[in-house]
Amino acid sequence: MSKKTISRRTFFKTAGLAGLASAGLTAACVGRKDSADAGASGEIPTDAMTYRQSPSTGDRVSLLGFGMMRLPLVPNDKDDQSGDIDQELVNELVDYALAHGVNYFDTSPAYCKGRSETATGIALSRHPRDKYYIATKLSNFDPSTWSREASIAMYRESMRCLQVDYIDYMLLHAVGMGNGMEEFRARYIDNGMLDFLLEERRAGRIRNLGFSYHGDVKVFDYLLEHHDEYKWDFVQIQLNYLDWSYAKEINPINTNAEYLYGELTRRGIPAVVMEPLLGGRLSALPDNIVTRLQQREPQRSVASWAFRFAGSLPGVYTVLSGMTCMEHLQDNLRSFAPLQPLTDEDFAFLEATAELIMQFETIHCNDCKYCMPCPYGLDIPAIFTHYNKCINEGNIATDTRDPDYARARRAFLVGYDRSVPKLRQASHCIGCGECVRHCPQNIRIPAEMRRIDAYVERLKTRPS
Amino acid sequence: MLLSVTALFLDFTGTLHAWLGWTARVQFLPAVMAVNVAVVLALVAVTLLAGRVYCSVVCPLGVMQDVVSWLSGRVSRKRRYRFSYTRGHSVVRYAVLALFVIAMVAGIGSAAALIAPYSAYGRIAANLLAPLWRLGNNVAAYFAERMDSYAFYEVDVWLRSAASLAVALLTLAVLGVLAWRKGRLYCNTVCPVGTVLGLLSRYALFRPSIDESRCVGCGLCARRCKASCIDPKAHTIDMSRCVACMDCIDECSHGAISLRRTRRAAAPEAAAAAQADTSRRNFLLTAAAMTAVAAHSRSKRVDGGLAVIEDKQAPRRSAPIVPAGALSARHFYQHCTACQLCVSVCPNDVLRPSDGIATLLQPMMSYERGYCRPECTRCSTVCPSGAIRPVTPEQKSSTRIGYAVWLRDNCVIISDGVHCGNCARHCPSGAINMVSETAPDGSSRRIPVVNVERCIGCGACENLCPARPLSAIYVEGRSVHSTY
Repeated sequence: MSKKTISRRTFFKTAGLAGLASAGLTAACVGRKDSADAGASGEIPTDAMTYRQSPSTGDRVSLLGFGMMRLPLVPNDKDDQSGDIDQELVNELVDYALAHGVNYFDTSPAYCKGRSETATGIALSRHPRDKYYIATKLSNFDPSTWSREASIAMYRESMRCLQVDYIDYMLLHAVGMGNGMEEFRARYIDNGMLDFLLEERRAGRIRNLGFSYHGDVKVFDYLLEHHDEYKWDFVQIQLNYLDWSYAKEINPINTNAEYLYGELTRRGIPAVVMEPLLGGRLSALPDNIVTRLQQREPQRSVASWAFRFAGSLPGVYTVLSGMTCMEHLQDNLRSFAPLQPLTDEDFAFLEATAELIMQFETIHCNDCKYCMPCPYGLDIPAIFTHYNKCINEGNIATDTRDPDYARARRAFLVGYDRSVPKLRQASHCIGCGECVRHCPQNIRIPAEMRRIDAYVERLKTRPS
Repeated sequence: MLLSVTALFLDFTGTLHAWLGWTARVQFLPAVMAVNVAVVLALVAVTLLAGRVYCSVVCPLGVMQDVVSWLSGRVSRKRRYRFSYTRGHSVVRYAVLALFVIAMVAGIGSAAALIAPYSAYGRIAANLLAPLWRLGNNVAAYFAERMDSYAFYEVDVWLRSAASLAVALLTLAVLGVLAWRKGRLYCNTVCPVGTVLGLLSRYALFRPSIDESRCVGCGLCARRCKASCIDPKAHTIDMSRCVACMDCIDECSHGAISLRRTRRAAAPEAAAAAQADTSRRNFLLTAAAMTAVAAHSRSKRVDGGLAVIEDKQAPRRSAPIVPAGALSARHFYQHCTACQLCVSVCPNDVLRPSDGIATLLQPMMSYERGYCRPECTRCSTVCPSGAIRPVTPEQKSSTRIGYAVWLRDNCVIISDGVHCGNCARHCPSGAINMVSETAPDGSSRRIPVVNVERCIGCGACENLCPARPLSAIYVEGRSVHSTY
């Protein structure tokens, strides 16, 4: 799940990069030497998708999975994400994806303000049931849904919205979040929901059972220790070249993907990858890093590096990408149809790149919107996105004597008011902490809000 | 001059004031109110020298009427020569002037400001032109955003005061009609500045006069005179009404009218408004019904979406808040001519015309849309009438214009049971502290307390308070400002 309209658009708007980026995206059928000069919009083959096979059920799943968390919205004047889901575009994307070999679609009752499953159901029900696999989750985050009845109701509602009578891939959603083991027990053990889901798998209404993990590694370890008992068909983890060995450095609560992936492959459990592009952050990188990536492979997009990184690991089952527009989908198809695995030199190169990225103090928000809605009306992801954008574009200035201070100050402040309405800016964060337990990246949101607010305050009080 | 003054009202970035700010300062009434002796003496001197040059060159309202009158004259030749000599309405003029001075002395500045020329124009510019200008700017900002340019930024366009807008519309309509039909009738009948300068102008050293030997009695000069002050039969020009436009000199093809020096010259003192110490009653702001604080904490079940944010409502303040540099509410409202230049330039949407009866049209502060930012001193730099004296950011941040009051029942700490402290965190003077309090259930929580000695009344706490529509902490004005 990854690129989001804003970040991609912003990325394109960066004037100097536009040329480079389009060169990367419009490259002719990458991976196929014979059509290297097939033209700007080069044909994407419909029969070249790379597939991986499930050891437990034998499913053949496309290496590119469609994440239904960042579905396109009908554009409205306000540009504030309040619009309806653009079902027509969703249908078009799903049709195109299926036609090009994508067969894994990942949704949840919580996504897109709760509208994702219905939209996914509408789009997929137009195709034969055996042509696609559906993954959805038991997203019983709210304490009011922790009871057995409420959780089962949520499960049945998913089937109704998706218009199916069995679910291919069922996940315990985001275990390890909140306060770790305690919350996990409340959601799945004490109410007997895990037993219920195991029973459903035996009955064939769930074909594969797994879990998605964020946060407290104790829960991850506990569930794998009991693999013999639960027989996980798959596990969904956050994996990308930044989190591979820097996840813990970014936030001590998180766990490096290298460890998670190692634990899974050791047990032969297929790994479903989420956040391969960190919500577009590995596409909207600081200028010098973009140049570095493009210099190495001018014909490929910046995003393709992140996708090929995840796809090149043999234990990865499918790589989920939240594709909001046709360009994302096509670009990703070029990375996976077929996959041209990274070489050892490429891996080393990405490791060095990750080290460079770590030097920038961007906030590790992937714009998943799990924190939203903020009860006090803040637009948390928009604030972080703006801040990161300014860091990436070099518009963070602290020294008033800096000759560039005035320009950077104006760009930050004017851009801030444009991307976030005044009433939804960081200054209105009261620090209630409601968001913290929802953040899969474990960002200390109130503290970051205070940091950004203090920076804004400094800019405002100090004209050059 | 008209363009310059208008530009001052339209420019919300504050860049033009450095160059054009003087055009507001040389306005007669603001200069009198500011006790700006140099400007007043200069204007008196100019008038004694060459008549009411002020009225035809400096006064934006006068120039605006000339534009209307000129347009009217463009319609047809007949309209161009639509004027004729009338006798001045001296009784009305002096009665209005007397009432005006009494009103100013009595401290009913807002009523007097209705007819003050520069302020009247200011209100037209601030209430009618500025919103259009800003909308235009926002269109530019819309395109700038799409071109990734930071040259333009969007600004809020909002109705600051319906009363003020109505007064501005009415002024424009009345003056427009008068100027279209009767030229400078307003300036020579109602305008108190016109009357005062007219008194001086009688003794002007240089003035247009008619050479009877050359005059053929065609009367064109009188029909062209927008002040209707030329009596062609008597060959006299009423200098108290002549606005020194010199149209008559151009008009006379026989060279009978020319600017000449007179021998008589005396300078009777024209005393304009003085100050008095009538006290001002505090008045009630429009205030809000005591609605309960919106229930904030909702359980979250799905991802995304934005919580609805209710608009803030102005609290009921027992004393008005006026900007740092105003010294006291009384000083402010006595000196303010209600031109609303400060309202036009306030970048934080804090100043707006008040709607109280006694101070109608004169500005006041409120913090629903922003707060009085510590680094901003723009209103004090633009005020031409001395109602807001110039202050530096340093002086401002140690000037107490009000003090914060905590309303326990509105506070989210009490009503929602959450941690907050946004008021304390944003207080620029460190006047708000969070202290422990034992809740009824025995648990400890931290609530804000205000050290009123340190509070400067900037309103950061009120503006950023999460309680809506009424903030749980609000600012009461101090009737007399003090520094520390």
